[in-house]
Amino acid sequence: MSDAPAKPDDNKRLTLKLLGFALGSFAFGFALVPLYDVLCDLTGFGNQKLLAEQRLTTETPDDSRSITIDFIAELPSVGNWTFRPMVGSMKVHPGRLYETEFLAHNLTGSVQIAQAVPNIAPGRAAGYFRKTECFCFTPQKFGVDEQRPMPVRFVVDPAIPRSVDRITLSYTFYDESTRVGSLN
Amino acid sequence: MAHEHTADHDHAHHGEHDHHGPAHGWRRWVFATNHKDIGTMYLIFACTMFFIGGLMAMIIRAELFQPGLQLVEPQFFNSMTTMHALVMIFGAVMPAWTGLANWMIPMQVGAPDMALPRLNNFSFWILPFAFTLLLATLFVPGGSPAGGWTLYPPLSLQAGDAFPMAIFAIHLMGASSILGSINVVVTIMNMRAPGVGLLNMPLFCWSWLITAYLLIATMPVLAGAVTMLLTDHFFGTTFFSASGGGDPVMFQHIFWFFGHPEVYILILPAFGIISEIVPTFSRKPLFGYDAMVYATAAIAFLSFIVWAHHMFTVGMPLAGQLFFTLSTMMISIPTGVKVFNWTATMWKGSLTFETPMLFALSFLFLFTIGGFSGLMLAVVPADFQYHDTYFVVAHFHYVLVPGAVFAIMAGVYYWLPKWTGRMYDEKLGKLHFWLSTIFVNVLFFPQHFLGLAGMPRRIPDYSTQFADWNMVSSIGAFGFGLSQLLFPYIIWKCVKGGQKATSEVWEGARGLEWQLTSPPPYHSWTEPPSPEVVARGVQH
Repeated sequence: MSDAPAKPDDNKRLTLKLLGFALGSFAFGFALVPLYDVLCDLTGFGNQKLLAEQRLTTETPDDSRSITIDFIAELPSVGNWTFRPMVGSMKVHPGRLYETEFLAHNLTGSVQIAQAVPNIAPGRAAGYFRKTECFCFTPQKFGVDEQRPMPVRFVVDPAIPRSVDRITLSYTFYDESTRVGSLN
Repeated sequence: MAHEHTADHDHAHHGEHDHHGPAHGWRRWVFATNHKDIGTMYLIFACTMFFIGGLMAMIIRAELFQPGLQLVEPQFFNSMTTMHALVMIFGAVMPAWTGLANWMIPMQVGAPDMALPRLNNFSFWILPFAFTLLLATLFVPGGSPAGGWTLYPPLSLQAGDAFPMAIFAIHLMGASSILGSINVVVTIMNMRAPGVGLLNMPLFCWSWLITAYLLIATMPVLAGAVTMLLTDHFFGTTFFSASGGGDPVMFQHIFWFFGHPEVYILILPAFGIISEIVPTFSRKPLFGYDAMVYATAAIAFLSFIVWAHHMFTVGMPLAGQLFFTLSTMMISIPTGVKVFNWTATMWKGSLTFETPMLFALSFLFLFTIGGFSGLMLAVVPADFQYHDTYFVVAHFHYVLVPGAVFAIMAGVYYWLPKWTGRMYDEKLGKLHFWLSTIFVNVLFFPQHFLGLAGMPRRIPDYSTQFADWNMVSSIGAFGFGLSQLLFPYIIWKCVKGGQKATSEVWEGARGLEWQLTSPPPYHSWTEPPSPEVVARGVQH
């Protein structure tokens, strides 16, 4: 280009190309959302498919080991609820099925739908912690002033690394109707 | 920065109807399409924002002068750290670079003006609106954003009425810098005079060309990220909310995919300016021109694959930690090439130490310190200790203040005589340099110690063990802030009554801009420079 003065057409063409580039970058920002899930699957972080497959395998209990499970219940800042585990922690043997309950009480004064989202720490234990039944699998509907205990059943895979002797299971209880209600 | 320009004397006799001369009064500025007028407005805007952001920094350092809460509420303190960053990054440093690009690129490539003058007007005039919107958040219920400039959800979503205002302000700033960048790319690719090739144009043009591509590639990603925040807050999407299957950590990934190239957007044009100034005052051509170009391109490429080093502590697989540590450390190779090339340029040169050269040398030393602390932060186990401490604050202020800001000042002192046709007061310039360099170190160096001792960033109060170094740092901050008042005064004094400058201004200056008169004609190169002029002006 440096040997001839540029025509206005050249400027227009390059400008449009660069604007297209910028639009492409904008789209790429959104494409990072599904890409993020793909990467999580590849690296095994929060790999839902693997967790589901492992759920089907049966195991032999290992009563020689015991692992402490701590239960934590958290509420985000929205809504007026009480939410707590019925027991703070329990000792379990890998390979055996256990059940515990979390108690929720709707104090908001209206009918609410809430969703619990689990989190397991440390992350490397997450792949070995299996819930066969959980109140977090579906949204929970609560009437005015209703309170009820909600069950969770779980097994710790005996293949869990020996270095793990303590696992924390925490639930955050999101008030779905408040979030959806913010639309109005 | 110049308030008066003489019209091109060749056209002066055409009188009022001459469309090449500047319009009069406010129309000249509001309807400006001239690259010099727009460049001047960008620089004045950047300087204004520099002082507004600086005032916020003074509030932060005043509160931190002693342990305990003395002056401001914690919420307002957090607003100050958030707004200080947004104003300085998007309001001061980036517009200053665009202003310098507007002034210098047409003159350096032998063009009469920027390629897209009306777009140029548009991209500047977006900025005052964007920053009015952002600064207005200080007066709305709930106060201005206080969750940090990185806008991590869910904290950032808890801002009050300020939230949508800040998001739209960021959209506008992004649009402005994307349009400005498109203009730079088109100008450099299409408007070069015959004989000005891609591999002999000044390095300021090169570094800006690469910066412009970084901006076009990453600003839209930021726009996307903040749009997702907006829809999460108002329209029930759950990109970053676990309750609907989203993940707040994903915001950090998307943000830093923009954020890391952004830090090179802030520093690459500085590399360009230092590459202009060091050869001039060493009276030698730049050592390793081609290597400089390739090093700049390599840094730009690497900037896209290191983003997760900002978030080692949120957790990632070991392979990810290794990858991001190594790719981050790799950046020191092209950066080292640049630092050694500048040093080699000075080797056996006939050095003189005018103000621009002093700022450039200070840049060389202090930016390198910032680079080294960056290397320390790249090491994962060490980063776990340094993360979110004052060590990080010290690191990025070393690369941004004596890095980017000093380079802008060096550039302004270097080209001010060209722009205005008058010399600035060298004594005052040197005073400004020494005060800045001494106080910037008093201000930021102790923050390394504070961070290593464990003082967290973004807090208004701290344990008494940190009291002494915080006081030293605050004294440095007040000294640095006050000495910056010299800068607009020196510019004003130069414009009003400096000594007349020659066309060449500096003895060893090369580059096409020095082949024009000082001040240059209103339209820089209405006729493309002749081959002899180009031969005198190009790099090699």
